[in-house]
Amino acid sequence: MDCQEIFETLSEYLDEELAQVKCRELERHLKTCHNCRVVVDTLRQTVSLYHSIPCERLPDEARLRLHKVIKLK
Amino acid sequence: MKLSVPTDEELITQIREGDRTAFEQLVSRYEDRVYNLAYRMLASRQDAEDVLQDTFLNVIRGLDKFRGTSSFSTWLYRIATNAALTKIRKRSRREKSESEFLDDVYAVKRAARAGAVLPDWSANPATRALDDEARRQMGEAINELPKIYRAVFVLRDVEGLPAAEVAEVLGLSVPAVKSRLHRARLYLRNRLSGYFTEEIEGI
Ligand SMILES: [Zn+2]
Repeated sequence: MDCQEIFETLSEYLDEELAQVKCRELERHLKTCHNCRVVVDTLRQTVSLYHSIPCERLPDEARLRLHKVIKLK
Repeated sequence: MKLSVPTDEELITQIREGDRTAFEQLVSRYEDRVYNLAYRMLASRQDAEDVLQDTFLNVIRGLDKFRGTSSFSTWLYRIATNAALTKIRKRSRREKSESEFLDDVYAVKRAARAGAVLPDWSANPATRALDDEARRQMGEAINELPKIYRAVFVLRDVEGLPAAEVAEVLGLSVPAVKSRLHRARLYLRNRLSGYFTEEIEGI
């Protein structure tokens, strides 16, 4: 695999959906290629940062307005 | 006395029998999640509240037609996502075209091919304790994604649905979900790269 191919498979790699053979090949490539390693590390960090954002809390007034609109009470 | 928590499907049966408290339970089970989904897709509290209301009004209207071929939550996510997409369409904000977007996505590939040495910000201390500005940037970056990429990313990486369920919610194939997800992530990576690299250089 060259950098171009690696680039397209990085999400599958991070989601652990890449076939083992390709996975090993990719990891071998990462050992020698600075740019691909940076992209994989920063892509992983990007996904993990988005996972870590707390949920946006539904404000109480908005909850009450919803219940009124759908005639809960 | 029944102690176990009723499933969504049990609640729906009770709602059909005219039980108002069952509907109340179903709403309280999902209102926070729908609001969060809408907020991430629209980055506006007002718009998220509108989508929240539209979603549950559409649930009430559509409940008779709900056949249970997909799970209730998948069906609800579909209604909520569609309401959010409708809201985005009604906004006057111009959306990036597909080609502009892909051009941005693949900028990093071009840079690497041209011999650039990409900066590694993955261990930048600013990523460990996100401040308000970083969060604002992240929210704004989601809002720059074209609609369908935004929907895929929010459902998959923010709400945490499996790819197969995202595909069902959006009526896409699983490979289509995965390729859109990958591009959305690459775009967001580039955007955060700009932000966190500046941070590194500022230190
Ligand atoms: Zn490479």
